[in-house]
Amino acid sequence: MTDVGRHPRIELMTLSEVEEVSGYIGNFKVKVRKKARYVNAKECTACDKCAEVCPVVLPDEFQQGFSSRKAAYIPFPQAVPAAYLIDMEHCLGNNPIACSKCLDACDKQCIDLNMEDEIVELEVGTIIVATGMEIYDPTPLDEYGYTRFENVVTNIEFERLICGSGPTDGNLVRPSDHQTPKRIGFIQCVGSRTDNRGNPYCSNVCCMATVKDSLLIKEHHPDAEVYVFYMDIRAFGKGFEDLFRRSKEEGVHYIRGMPGEITEDPTTKNLRLKVENTTAGRVEEYELDMVVLALGLEPKQDLRHLSSLLNLSHTSDGFVMEAHPKLRPVDAPTPGIFFAGCVEAPKDIKDSVTQAGAAASRSSIILNAGTITGEALKAVIDLDKCTYCGVCAKVCPYGAITVDVKGKTEARVVAAACAGCGTCAAECRFDAITMQHFSDEQIMAQIDAALEEEPEKKIISFLCNWCSYAGGDLAGVSRLQYPANNRFIRTMCSGRVDEKFILHAFEKGAPIVLLSGCHIGDCHYIDANQWTKRRAEKLWSRMEKLGIRPERLQLEWISSAEGARFARIMRNLEEMRQKVTPEEIEHTKKALARYRMSKKSAKEPDEPAEETAAETAQP
Amino acid sequence: MVDEELRIGVFVCDCGLNIAGSVDTEEVRRFAEGLPDVVVAVRNRYTCADPGQEEIKKNIEEYKLNRVVVASCTPLLHEKTFRDCISEAGLNPYLLEMANIREQCSWVHLHDREAATQKAKDAVKMAIARARYMSPEEEIKIPVTDKAMVIGGGIAGIQAALDLADAGHQVYLVEKQPSIGGIMAQLDKTFPTMDCSI
Repeated sequence: MTDVGRHPRIELMTLSEVEEVSGYIGNFKVKVRKKARYVNAKECTACDKCAEVCPVVLPDEFQQGFSSRKAAYIPFPQAVPAAYLIDMEHCLGNNPIACSKCLDACDKQCIDLNMEDEIVELEVGTIIVATGMEIYDPTPLDEYGYTRFENVVTNIEFERLICGSGPTDGNLVRPSDHQTPKRIGFIQCVGSRTDNRGNPYCSNVCCMATVKDSLLIKEHHPDAEVYVFYMDIRAFGKGFEDLFRRSKEEGVHYIRGMPGEITEDPTTKNLRLKVENTTAGRVEEYELDMVVLALGLEPKQDLRHLSSLLNLSHTSDGFVMEAHPKLRPVDAPTPGIFFAGCVEAPKDIKDSVTQAGAAASRSSIILNAGTITGEALKAVIDLDKCTYCGVCAKVCPYGAITVDVKGKTEARVVAAACAGCGTCAAECRFDAITMQHFSDEQIMAQIDAALEEEPEKKIISFLCNWCSYAGGDLAGVSRLQYPANNRFIRTMCSGRVDEKFILHAFEKGAPIVLLSGCHIGDCHYIDANQWTKRRAEKLWSRMEKLGIRPERLQLEWISSAEGARFARIMRNLEEMRQKVTPEEIEHTKKALARYRMSKKSAKEPDEPAEETAAETAQP
Repeated sequence: MVDEELRIGVFVCDCGLNIAGSVDTEEVRRFAEGLPDVVVAVRNRYTCADPGQEEIKKNIEEYKLNRVVVASCTPLLHEKTFRDCISEAGLNPYLLEMANIREQCSWVHLHDREAATQKAKDAVKMAIARARYMSPEEEIKIPVTDKAMVIGGGIAGIQAALDLADAGHQVYLVEKQPSIGGIMAQLDKTFPTMDCSI
């Protein structure tokens, strides 16, 4: 930890939060709020004089509330930076009548109670997300009595109670009477591997944490009786089985069975629990002095917020989703962003360090390269067709297009800023924008090829590259079966899907068309899929006017983690397709041909053309 | 469409039995061979493996191919592989199109060989249709800011920041709390060294 503080190339920003992220790989712009510390961290010598005089006494979070701290405090003795801070929420303030004692006590005058938050804008090439996890809160599991019985503690509380720098100087005592517990029980899988009140996944670290803790107890108190109640002990890592064996050899009792309930003896504050020992095949009762709940890990509450800033998505367990679960495990799907530690999934210190090394190395590849090549998927403006209407600039999520509507200057694309979503091309009603590698001709040709034979039996699905197409791949990797009559067309973003593609598919006889992208809020191109949604809504009403059932155009958001949902949607689409009659398809073909002709003539001069979604809506 | 005569090569992958197990790849190859502008259609056991890639390069040269369609797995997995491959043979990487006949075909229609084969044929036909309109594209070079940000100062963030800094890069380590250390700092002795976590 101190290495970080000393490193000449690391700028440590504590009490800081990311507020805004823009840009792209190699060129991210990040706005960070540095919250006021009210102490000049560079000048503070951690002499403790401010805390000595501070009259405000509060529970010490680091010690899990087993001891107290002041409003002027250092989080723990080895904190980096080694500087105090003022807990302004509880500080009495700098009015001399109210308090201001710390100001007088600080010899170096490094306390400034009027300090303000600072916003800094930083430019970086890569970002590593290592925001960690949260520990499961056992309050809902009332049967274990965590909130009711003093001697039921969590494993993090236990760590503090047995730690040499903890509130009891490493003397293991139980909270109710500060006596050394003789009989200690551990309950495993609290909040893990459960379908209700907790999380369905294994939290990975709790088995070995308990095995380690059991040995720590035996080291401090060889005579203590230690009982571990478990479903399975998962000692799968290097050296884990050895440690587990050592624990058993030291006399720790491992009892396969989960206690249903803990009750407390009101006089002794001892805990009683009944458990079905499934190895012995009998119900056993235990009286213990202290019970430790081996809590599971879960995603941080505020992860969603950060994810929305960085365009990250999540797997069903709520942890962040990798670019590929096997082959690119530390890469985010967004280029230039990497993961390290428990933000990706629960893991122990060794795995976190390994992953951090991998993320740093992956990040170095980009930073060392000096330049990166952007895929040639940019928007290209046809200056002859551009009428400076400004719609493209309005819909571009990156502000990569500039157009002077009043000055009648044609649209210009800043290629480095264009991410290639294609929303501008879909919204431009003068066909003045060509998307490199995803041109109108290419996509129309795909539709024609797919519907050349027996179109009435087929479904056309437009899938965005990042979420829906990847979701389709996951259905395949998971071998989820669905009807074989769907024909897929991949675009980088659902925002690329021009209404003319959809209408063309219907005119060619497609019974059902699916338009699919990332979930709203998870779009890979900031909010381009908002335009997809608007466009679909407009199309539905237009279809209705033309006598085409709007249900025949389906809009679904499918994430890359939703393979099962992808397969289910494919099955539903086939059910819908079977309800579309040949007469209906014929009617649609004629209606659309007429509509196309009328639109052509509407483009004559002085005739107001129909508005696009972008002209009528604000996302 | 570009002016030059289209010369499309199609490479259908068995992927061992991953594709060939539920798709008649030989029929797909024969079908592709019969489509307009296709000058050669080849079936490979593993197109992504060296022999498969060599086969593509050999055919590009022999048949003067100016479009390549690979019918195999998802482009999200191997588009880069095959783009690099055709680049080595002198073709612009954007003249490649892939038909996904594994993740979105053979694996999801394991028990209906006929329908899966029909779908694979359509996928190849669609890929060829798109390939006809593809044109060579030039990628742009974007400069990289040689700085990194690590968000979170627990053990993972600390290690990542140190590694990056030791590798010579400027690092901003952003931590919400007043100190780095995260949850690890709260732990007593840690396995396997059983020493202090800080």
